[in-house]
Amino acid sequence: MSLLKVKNLQTQIDGQPILRGLDLDVAEGKTVVIMGPNGSGKSTLSKVLAGHPDYESTGSATLNGQELFDLSPDERSKAGLFLAFQYPVEIPGVKVLNFLWTVYTQKHPDRETREHKSIVNFRDFLQEKAKRLDIKPELLTRGLNEGFSGGEKKRLEILQMAVLEPKLAILDETDSGLDIDAIRIVAKGVSEIKKQTGMTVIVITHYQRILQYLDYDEVLVISGGRVVKKGGPELVEELEKTGYGQIR
Amino acid sequence: MARFAKKTTKPGDEFINDSYEHGYSFDNKDYSFQSDKGLSEDIVRQISSMKNEPKWMLEQRLIGFKEFQQKKNPSWGADLSELKFDDLSYYLKPTDNQAKSWDDVPPEVKETFDRIGVPEAEREYLAGVKAQYDSEVVYGSLKQTWEKDGVVFLSMDEGLEKYPDLVKEHFGKVIAHGDNKYSALNTAVWSGGSFVYVPPGVDVKMPLQTYFRINSEAFGQFERTLIIVDEGASVHYVEGCTAPQFSSTSLHSAVVEIVIKKGATCQYTTVQNWYKNIYNLVTKRAYVYEEGKMVWTDFNMGSKVTMKYPGFVLAGKGARGEVLSMALAGAGQHQDTGAKAVHLAPDTSSTIISKSISKDGGRASYRGLVHISPEAINSKNTVVCDALLLDDKSQSDTYPVDKVFNNQVEVQHEATVSKIGDDQLFYLMSRGISEENARKMIVNGFIADLVKKLPLEYAVEMNRLIDFEMEGSIG
Repeated sequence: MSLLKVKNLQTQIDGQPILRGLDLDVAEGKTVVIMGPNGSGKSTLSKVLAGHPDYESTGSATLNGQELFDLSPDERSKAGLFLAFQYPVEIPGVKVLNFLWTVYTQKHPDRETREHKSIVNFRDFLQEKAKRLDIKPELLTRGLNEGFSGGEKKRLEILQMAVLEPKLAILDETDSGLDIDAIRIVAKGVSEIKKQTGMTVIVITHYQRILQYLDYDEVLVISGGRVVKKGGPELVEELEKTGYGQIR
Repeated sequence: MARFAKKTTKPGDEFINDSYEHGYSFDNKDYSFQSDKGLSEDIVRQISSMKNEPKWMLEQRLIGFKEFQQKKNPSWGADLSELKFDDLSYYLKPTDNQAKSWDDVPPEVKETFDRIGVPEAEREYLAGVKAQYDSEVVYGSLKQTWEKDGVVFLSMDEGLEKYPDLVKEHFGKVIAHGDNKYSALNTAVWSGGSFVYVPPGVDVKMPLQTYFRINSEAFGQFERTLIIVDEGASVHYVEGCTAPQFSSTSLHSAVVEIVIKKGATCQYTTVQNWYKNIYNLVTKRAYVYEEGKMVWTDFNMGSKVTMKYPGFVLAGKGARGEVLSMALAGAGQHQDTGAKAVHLAPDTSSTIISKSISKDGGRASYRGLVHISPEAINSKNTVVCDALLLDDKSQSDTYPVDKVFNNQVEVQHEATVSKIGDDQLFYLMSRGISEENARKMIVNGFIADLVKKLPLEYAVEMNRLIDFEMEGSIG
């Protein structure tokens, strides 16, 4: 059964077309890798799906049959979409723990039925998860991404994913700027959440590196704002050898 | 900013832009005294005689009145041209006596302070309370443990009556009558305010609080406060201000003088939430002796115009001062706030942190003076001004002045202006947070390091007030 269906997606920013009739069908529970050269529209696709206001789009994108373009970004999150940002922004003074507690209680407003009843329980849970992602505990008491290194920001994205337990997680170049140890930790983090929740994952990446640590089902290549090639893991190896030159 | 729209809004789901919690008022026809509108020497004499003051105080008032008449409005700062002195009442006395029990306060006065939450706060976390209603303090209390330690917490009128020598020694000494037009006016017509004395070595662990309420229309409130913190003592004094929703303008013009003796500490917190018809023109200054410390935590959300620059004179070796100032300027508001740091002695240090938020066309200005005298060697000053703009029609500006007269000092100045960006909102919204809550979160985060300097109860209230101000700010 397909979870995400994108049909004839056309997107512009400041009058510049970026996506030009993109189609996508991601089945529930799968992990799909999207690769492509710089400027092919990979990151645009993730922002459009999450609802960034700078982009104008036509076409359709449904999550579980629900039209995403009818929803504001917060409603899309509530519908089960999660975007791990390529460049997470800093929100000074908004403490990570308090922020994630707000996020968690918005998702689970009923105190009786939620797993973590109080912020104290939640903090314990968060500290444990943070440890597994090699996030220093003191980062949880700092402002959101405030003064974090690139790698710390990316790991915090995965921690947020663990709190939100989305139906569909989009990793927008989460591996860029990370060293190999960090990539392994992040990939392991994603795999664990997937194992627990059965979430569907879209991995947007330039490189093969993160794919060594993730199981995935399908590889799509985007170029010129469209999906130009589909395949299995063998396609990754091929691209690694030949580059995007031939498909551009 | 409805860029994130797509959200279906229910019909009738309208936002009230000018929501203000404390906009109610009560009739003042039963007041025990009301002066005629306008200001004259007769009114100044009348106030003094009704208060049965010593002659020297009347003389001070008359000097103040003369200075007020001679001085012009400042040529800088906010626009004061619509403030008409002849339209105001200068002395409105609601009751004859200050009550010691809430049961003895007139019902409408009690209801006002109940609605603001004063008796509850008094029970739970305050060492003492004063409640001023128009011109007079109508209620006062001080918990016994502090009374036993010799702490004095009176209205200024009572202070003058019971401690005339102390008042005479310090009145008008930290802030000269003619410091500015409004300190002169206050000297002429002052009424109410607090007199605080903390004996040597006494640490008043819970805050003392005064609530200032303007109830009448077209009125001027001129409280006068004197706080003396003796050697090694410490105290935290808090003031809160609200007023009804009238279309005519009123004036609030206080003078606050603080004397901090050797090794003593005073924190003075203001939560200013006047209705948007009030001109809030206030002069506040502390005189700090050796190793003493003054902290101003100054939060301004209300008023039409505020001009206020809490200051300190660091007169003794090693004296320290801090101003932590927050201003929120919405539609029709100009918050012209800042600080004055005067270093007169060696090894003195001061920090000024100013955070302003402008929205819906409001204007917030930082105006600061740092003066370091030739004697103040090895002194340090840091000024940080951060401004947050919530939209394109709002304004923020800074006017820092440094006057440094020796070269063995460290002076730092940082300023930033930021806008709530779509990227920040998008990021928070993508985690399931609504646009309005995302804005509240960003604004509360922006002032978080100032708010954390407040006792918990005030920090919570401050975040609540900010949330309230931010409500419906998505047009």
